Amino acid sequence: MTMKTTTLAVAKDAAQRRTLVWRQRYIDRFGVLGSIACAILAIIVLAAVFAPLLAPYDPDYPDLNYALSGPGAAHLLGADALGRDILSRLMYGARITLVGPALVILLSTVVGTILALVAAWRGRKTDAVIVWFLDILFSVPGIVFGLIAVALWGPSLFTVVGGLAVAYVPYVARVVRGAALRERNMPYVAAAWLQGHSGFAISTTQILPNVQPIVIAQAVSSLGFAVIDLAAVSFLGLGVQPPAADLGLMVKSGFDSALRGYPGEAIYSGILIVLIVWCVTVIGDRLLSNARAM
Amino acid sequence: MSLGSYVLRRLGGLLLVLLVTSFLVFGLLYLAPGSPLAYILGPRGGSPAQVAAVTREYHLDDPFIVRYVSWLGDVLHGNLGYSIVYRMPVSNLVDSRAGTTIGLVALSAIIIAVVGIVFGTIAALRGGWIDQVISSLAAVGLSAPVFVIGVALISLFAVSLGWFPTFGVGSGGFDSLWHLTLPAITLSVASAAYLIRITKAAVNEEQVREHVQTATVRGLSSGVIIRRHVLRNALIPITTVLGLTIATLIAGAVVVENVFALDGLGSLLVKAILQRDFAVVQAVVLVLVVAFVVINAIVDVLYTFIDPRISLGSRK
Repeated sequence: MTMKTTTLAVAKDAAQRRTLVWRQRYIDRFGVLGSIACAILAIIVLAAVFAPLLAPYDPDYPDLNYALSGPGAAHLLGADALGRDILSRLMYGARITLVGPALVILLSTVVGTILALVAAWRGRKTDAVIVWFLDILFSVPGIVFGLIAVALWGPSLFTVVGGLAVAYVPYVARVVRGAALRERNMPYVAAAWLQGHSGFAISTTQILPNVQPIVIAQAVSSLGFAVIDLAAVSFLGLGVQPPAADLGLMVKSGFDSALRGYPGEAIYSGILIVLIVWCVTVIGDRLLSNARAM
Repeated sequence: MSLGSYVLRRLGGLLLVLLVTSFLVFGLLYLAPGSPLAYILGPRGGSPAQVAAVTREYHLDDPFIVRYVSWLGDVLHGNLGYSIVYRMPVSNLVDSRAGTTIGLVALSAIIIAVVGIVFGTIAALRGGWIDQVISSLAAVGLSAPVFVIGVALISLFAVSLGWFPTFGVGSGGFDSLWHLTLPAITLSVASAAYLIRITKAAVNEEQVREHVQTATVRGLSSGVIIRRHVLRNALIPITTVLGLTIATLIAGAVVVENVFALDGLGSLLVKAILQRDFAVVQAVVLVLVVAFVVINAIVDVLYTFIDPRISLGSRK
């Protein structure tokens, strides 16, 4: 309250007032922890997006004089076993580690939301069949889908993304179906139906906007798991192939150096993965509890 | 609904799911680009005799559904096909490696149960900074992929300090347990962190219930209240989560076995994928999925035994 009155008294121009209100609303939404997570994630995303401008070295350039060197003036975080700059590789690696899982979640969210809306609208047999299909998908552990895809179509980022996208469909679909079912029984849906709107129109223009916060919250929450699974497949050597820079791969190559007593690369890439997953999970939790509170 | 018919119905549902998943796993072979023949024999192809043998073994001249039925019959008789890389029946390979995976998952389950319940309860009962520390550590544990934890633990406890062996399963008995300790800890971190959260929430929820207040007012000692009234009731969500977690450990084991070079089913699967040994891929995926489904079903049934308030087979 005091905050508001001071703001009103002090702020001469509307723009400044708006920023303050916006900031307050933002902190209400994400909490202190969530705001920290957002800030860290923003830094990582910016570093990844602008890697070509920010990275001190070409991520693939081997400088054997500095192979396995520790942090220093030439290479801020040292160099890996082939003398490649670790900091530059982290920046470029974060790109794949962020884009791959984002693709997984995008694909599975679109498919899962469509399935959920159809199931909630049609009900009865259609619903039963879709739920049964989701249960079947649920009966296979997520990473196994990625491995199956690799077994069939060979190791590559896109194979794994495709396999994992299938695995993540039920996670989104189940939650969205539950929310859509609640909306389905609301009076406004019955009203729209009486006005003669089609099921498709009601689902897309009425129910979808109302379940949208849940869809987004669930997508962000699943993103953390997708990062872990995708990085794990890369670590196993079945996803992104060397010499591409990928955080999972860097932990793998860093592991070999660590066994020889140079743990730098493994530590930095491991910490970066944990940071990314932690930020995404905190933000996702926050979004989920906001969406439920509505 | 009586217990017998409930179990029968669950069993029927379980068999149906297993039938569908087995059909999918079988169908995989035909999803792959190229003919199944080329896939089974590998990129080098085979002599006419080998082609004839594979055609006979996989019944490639028969219609799809006939092939599936005869494959399923073989699987049920314990015949999982023949590995072209190892040149031995797949069932032998699976048999010799299943022990490591089962041991790893079992040891992790014990660690998860103990660490999760103990630290979750402490966090809930003590509160304050102890709760803060435990909860923060749990949040980090939940965010750390198993392979990162594995690499970190090996670097620290095996390479730097030399307390534990780096790789392999050891020579049986106590030595194997010793070799499996680090992998099991690795596998259990994320799930233990999750169980800590669940336990904390469950204990917190029970603590403010009226029967606990009554017990406090009656002057029972806090130890008795916690054991008989709080933990006893909190155990219901805890056991459910614990059971479901054990199923997910199967997937985690695939990664952990590769980090620690254990010769379990997971490392067999990854090697088979890299070597395009499709009979092994199919068999191991089948075994993993069946184990996953069966454990989930058992947990589901046990759940109704633990909590007598849940009427059998009630769907609402």
